[in-house]
Amino acid sequence: MSRRGGQRGRAGRGARPAGRLLALALAVALLGGCAGKERRDELVFWTIGREGEAVAALLPGFERAHPGIRVRLQQLPLTAAHQKLLTAFAGGSTPDLSQLGNTWLPELVALDALAPLDARVAASAVVRPADYFPSIWATNVFDGRLYGVPWYVDTRLLFYRADLLRAAGFDHPPRDWAEWRRMLAALSDPARRTYGILLPTNEYEQLMSLALQQPEPLLRDGGRYGNFGSAGFKRALAFYVDTFRLRQAPAISNVEAGNPWFEFGRGVYAFYFSGPWNIGEFRQRLPAAAQDEWSTAPLPGPGGPGAGAAGGSSLVVFRASRHQDEAWALIEYLSRPEVQQRFYALLGDMPPRRSSWAGGALRDDPKARAFREQLERVKPTPPVPEWERIANEMQLVAAQAIAGEYTVDQAAAELDRRVDRILAKRRWVLDRQEARR
Amino acid sequence: MSARRAAWPFLAPAFAVLGVFFLLPVLGALALSFTDYDLYALADLRNLRFVALGNYWELLHRPLFWAALGHTCYFVAVGVPLSIAASLGAALLLDSPLARARAFFRTALFAPVVTTVVAVAIVWRYLLNTKYGLLNHALGLLGVHPVDWLGDPRWAMPAIILFAVWKNFGYNMIILLAGLQAIPPELHEAARIDGAGALRRLWHVTLPALAPTLGMVAILTVAGYFQLFAEPYVMTEGGPLQSTMSALYLMYEEGFKWWNLGSASAVAFLLFALTFAVTAAMLWLFRRGSEA
Repeated sequence: MSRRGGQRGRAGRGARPAGRLLALALAVALLGGCAGKERRDELVFWTIGREGEAVAALLPGFERAHPGIRVRLQQLPLTAAHQKLLTAFAGGSTPDLSQLGNTWLPELVALDALAPLDARVAASAVVRPADYFPSIWATNVFDGRLYGVPWYVDTRLLFYRADLLRAAGFDHPPRDWAEWRRMLAALSDPARRTYGILLPTNEYEQLMSLALQQPEPLLRDGGRYGNFGSAGFKRALAFYVDTFRLRQAPAISNVEAGNPWFEFGRGVYAFYFSGPWNIGEFRQRLPAAAQDEWSTAPLPGPGGPGAGAAGGSSLVVFRASRHQDEAWALIEYLSRPEVQQRFYALLGDMPPRRSSWAGGALRDDPKARAFREQLERVKPTPPVPEWERIANEMQLVAAQAIAGEYTVDQAAAELDRRVDRILAKRRWVLDRQEARR
Repeated sequence: MSARRAAWPFLAPAFAVLGVFFLLPVLGALALSFTDYDLYALADLRNLRFVALGNYWELLHRPLFWAALGHTCYFVAVGVPLSIAASLGAALLLDSPLARARAFFRTALFAPVVTTVVAVAIVWRYLLNTKYGLLNHALGLLGVHPVDWLGDPRWAMPAIILFAVWKNFGYNMIILLAGLQAIPPELHEAARIDGAGALRRLWHVTLPALAPTLGMVAILTVAGYFQLFAEPYVMTEGGPLQSTMSALYLMYEEGFKWWNLGSASAVAFLLFALTFAVTAAMLWLFRRGSEA
């Protein structure tokens, strides 16, 4: 899951984040050790972003099947969720269960806030690990223990304008980077302000997907040091940066991109590198006549079909919960293929299990097929709590390389330097843990 | 019971509130700034290390911190004079005897202050859009090439300043207008009889009489502008290439986004020290100016 979208804020004169930080800092210091407070006989379920609205429609079915349980749904906005989860942990007021983006899982596992689920899965007739896409399942396993059950998946791939590709003489989407580069070159015309692809310079998911296609891991020595000096990462970064230098993508952020759906529809971009929710966006925003002109394709790799990033959200049970059995019952309900199919129909969130894909609206949807194919090949991001910060740093350095401030080699070295600094505390903690053993 | 003693019970509630909600948190944050409090420390307090001035030392060696401080000072140095000039200009126009529909304009010019920054940021992002923006359209009529306002690191901060000045000048305008209306009309009358023109009256009557108000407005504005946060947060998220990253924005990212509360507290205290030094110097200057 990425933190896109909505923004909050208060007027300049009234905003005093310094004061808020001070107050919060104290609250953390004072409450850090307190235990969870008494709760009523309800199951508190936190959702993040739009999922809350869709899941509200699924809950009546669960409450009918389990008359003794009442679910209290709390919808957190995406931008506030991370902060709220950590504050809730510090204040001992975590919910019973929650949706959790799989880049945030390592943090809450590091906090020891989540209950392990191995025994429950072993005894479950509904949740069968073999039915899940293996890389997605793996993002929930830390040191051999399972802390979450995948709820929906997210991977980035290519949306493309088949009509524009055909006009340029290509009858199929790209299979490898060389072919992709040829198409980008043929479809870009900076003088007419058309570009092969839109890659917002402030989103890290695109470069990260290319980097995950490489054989080398992004961090080395068990997540102690950055591994961005590897040949593989440099290859991915060079491909990414070249796309801008060759003017096959405009060097703009998603703030300036404004309405990419409209521009894609107008043919300003022939490719759009994005995630599953955009199937719904394009169906809704582009006119009916244009619906046959766009399609989706798995990411091309350096030499043949490539991997993608294993994103998405899981369902987790908090260790402090007093209703862990009930929370598990809800997870099982939401993991049923027929419920996941309804969830997809409501919101467009793609299910993490193969049997959910075998029926419903997903089975015959041509636009979803590329996702189904890529999901078998996705790779997880490094399971360290600092990952999101590292990915942000990676994108900042990449943006500087696009602006010409770094060469690819310099950018890789700078990135390793910054990442090693971010991971300094982690190294200290890991070394101490090992010394104690 | 002496009057002195009797005063304490009356002060106690205010002291208690201030102590619990201001003094204690500040002291707590100061203590935090000497530690490396982060996610690992939140998980297990044994992972908390006392680092003395380590956070401060590291910040002073971090290019991003200096860049953020530089952006903040840029914003203050350009934004405050612009903002006060705009406020003063608007206040003078509203105070002019020739002004018509005064109540309407006063409300209209004050409106940006009370609108939500998020809502107006959306409008401004459209105005500043490179391709479809009104501002570039107007510049195009003058033959100026389109400016990539929010995407070019050189132009992003000027765009933020423009936005902040527009958003905030109405507040100072109201204060200055009150100050203008408090100037006795006899002074102007006397100056006019002595043959002073409009400009000389502005320079020798209006501005000296307005000086205390202007001083207060300047200090409040400087203190407020050092806390630049909401504008880049909603307009650019600190970008492009971190060119609108302010000191407070850096603190927010460190503390709330990455949960490094130790170094975030250190940023807060460094910013506080800077703001304190600048406003104290201004206060001293104004005092000396009014004594002279």
